[in-house]
Amino acid sequence: MDYLDKFIFGIYPYIVLVIFVVGCLVRFEREQYSWKSDSSQLLYRGQLRVGSILFHVGILGLFFGHLVGLLTPVIVWDTLGVSHSLKQMVAMTAGGIMGSMCFIGLVILIHRRFSVDRLVQNSNWRDKLLLLWLFVTLCLGLSTIVVSAQHLDGHEMVRLMTWAQHVVTVRGDAANYVMNASIIFKIHLFMGMSLFAIFPFTRLVHIFSGFGMVTYITRKWQLVRPR
Amino acid sequence: MKIRAQIGMVLNLDKCIGCHTCSVTCKNVWTSRDGVEYAWFNNVETKPGVGYPKEWENQDKYNGGWVLKNNKLKPRQGGKLKIMANIFANPDLPQIDDYYEPFTYDYEHLQNAPDMKTPPTARPVSVLTGKKMDKIKWGPNWEDDLGGEFSKRSKDALFEGIQKEMMSTFENTFMMYLPRLCEHCLNPACVASCPSGSIYKREDDGIVLIDQDKCRGWRMCVSGCPYKKIYYNWVSGKSEKCIFCYPRIEGGQPTVCSETCVGRIRYLGVLLYDADKIEDAASAEDPKDLYQSQLDLFLDPNDPEVIAEALKQGIPQSWLDAAKKSPVYKMAVDWKVAFPLHPEYRTLPMVWYIPPLSPIQSAVEQGVIGEKGIIPGIKELRIPVRYLANLLTAGKEEPIVEALETMIAMRRYMRSKSVGSQADLSTIENLHVSEEQINEMYQIMAIANYEDRFVIPSSHKEMVEDAFKDKASCGFSFGNGCSDGVSKENLFGKKQSPIIFTDMMNDRNHNKEKESNS
Repeated sequence: MDYLDKFIFGIYPYIVLVIFVVGCLVRFEREQYSWKSDSSQLLYRGQLRVGSILFHVGILGLFFGHLVGLLTPVIVWDTLGVSHSLKQMVAMTAGGIMGSMCFIGLVILIHRRFSVDRLVQNSNWRDKLLLLWLFVTLCLGLSTIVVSAQHLDGHEMVRLMTWAQHVVTVRGDAANYVMNASIIFKIHLFMGMSLFAIFPFTRLVHIFSGFGMVTYITRKWQLVRPR
Repeated sequence: MKIRAQIGMVLNLDKCIGCHTCSVTCKNVWTSRDGVEYAWFNNVETKPGVGYPKEWENQDKYNGGWVLKNNKLKPRQGGKLKIMANIFANPDLPQIDDYYEPFTYDYEHLQNAPDMKTPPTARPVSVLTGKKMDKIKWGPNWEDDLGGEFSKRSKDALFEGIQKEMMSTFENTFMMYLPRLCEHCLNPACVASCPSGSIYKREDDGIVLIDQDKCRGWRMCVSGCPYKKIYYNWVSGKSEKCIFCYPRIEGGQPTVCSETCVGRIRYLGVLLYDADKIEDAASAEDPKDLYQSQLDLFLDPNDPEVIAEALKQGIPQSWLDAAKKSPVYKMAVDWKVAFPLHPEYRTLPMVWYIPPLSPIQSAVEQGVIGEKGIIPGIKELRIPVRYLANLLTAGKEEPIVEALETMIAMRRYMRSKSVGSQADLSTIENLHVSEEQINEMYQIMAIANYEDRFVIPSSHKEMVEDAFKDKASCGFSFGNGCSDGVSKENLFGKKQSPIIFTDMMNDRNHNKEKESNS
């Protein structure tokens, strides 16, 4: 168990990171034609609007929540006077709300993709795998709320933050901080990290383009290109 | 003044017989592929009718084109922030059923069916699901020649301001054909709506294209275009549109739809315009002024000042020579018989239309002969002028009336010339047309020789790139670079291909193999 933990939480993150970065670069450079959001709205409009909006708003909230919550150094929170237990409460509430939105949206999207004939026939295994992967990861994430509710002192949370920060800053001892975490947390972390490994090989790459859209705001309306 | 040149098109609706040759040849060349089998870069609609996709002219429904708000232009579907906010699900996107569910037929059953009491039939099969369809409910040209009942057809937005109930009776019915393709607008709403910046207008010839590599499939162009001439390829996940056959245009050849038009209704020629004034022209307050404001954009190719300035700005001499002979310029600007399609969308379209004449309203009442002899006057025409004005001039009737008068005068004059011993000049009295113009109009619009219809200068590729590098390259292909468009799955996936046409492809390959083995 010790070895496995060390591998998954100490070494695996870097493997994932390399696959993520190299994979995305190669796809953008060599296969840009395949870089797209791959929308199914034209084929079937039903349920998409409510499902897709709930899902996207929820998951973007979760992404930024995790980003800020995990990677802001503990000292910043201490300086700001935010107690660990308060931060944990905020994380649980905000995560719970965003997670629920995402959950409802995802259930709708999964139902849509697996029940509408046109979509069943025109979805590939990557689309289906991605939806299910996200669903499992999300369910685990939501169940960590139950686990966290049993100890509200923020201690466990700080250990997880420290793990993430040690991974990002490439300190070798990161895995030690999650050794004793609940198995729910561990599986959630594994699934979450793995998402970055499958990222370049699925439609997830459209996220980059979504953020890249900010350039649209300052762009002029018309584009004229010489040949 | 920033002078740009564009290849424009004029369609003479007076001569369109609705044969769909343009649509079919276009389809064979450009959209006989998976994912765009429902898309017709060129289609011909029978008007009155709701068209393809259904009710495309109803912008209350689709929110296409531009609106003027506080004297500023913005896409009707929303400004940049609203477009971005709608990125997760586009509320204005048509569903494929608004076009039609693409289908084929189970032809194999005709050969493979077991011994049966009844003859086998080829049932329709949906291309989307691969399953048999009970009934085909709509197609790309469902209303051909006024098919369907009036109550459905009369949803046509062009009936605005017309008491359409009158038109429902058999005696008063009228129809015309409207071939449609991408307008290659001067102020394209699709370009403005694309958050990825993948759609652009080419500087040298004005053709609007989608960079397939840069398209991310956000679909805002589909809803942004008021003509609904951008199609989402549901297999590749990218948008596609009419490319104005640019590989042909570059070589000085007409587009496929123009080349194959049996009625010789299509014209291609150069128009010069002042690009600095585009925004102002599209921002005319009263939609009825938009036709005139677009006309004002065009520059006179015979004006020495314009020529000098154009040469200075790098427009090739061959293009300026072609601009002088441009049939499009003559019909749109000189003779004012051609008009833009729906100028009120504020896109400044560059495919223009000559309105059709129509049979006299009631032959019986008129005793077959109209008030001015055998060729009818404007008031006797069957298609209401208002209907044409709603289509071509945002409801302004005067320019349409003048154009129809000019066309009728041409007929009267030519009739007097060929039936009588000499031309009767009273036929063109009180009109702003000279005898010389009438003769030229007759040559270009009625005789319509190939070289009069198509005056296309070849593009000067040698000026912009080193053609030697193109040696042994792949040329034009769909799909990914040098592939044939049928790509095998790789590391980064491949959209599962539609059931029907993949099977056809496999069958073909299979047969080829069998043949080569035997």
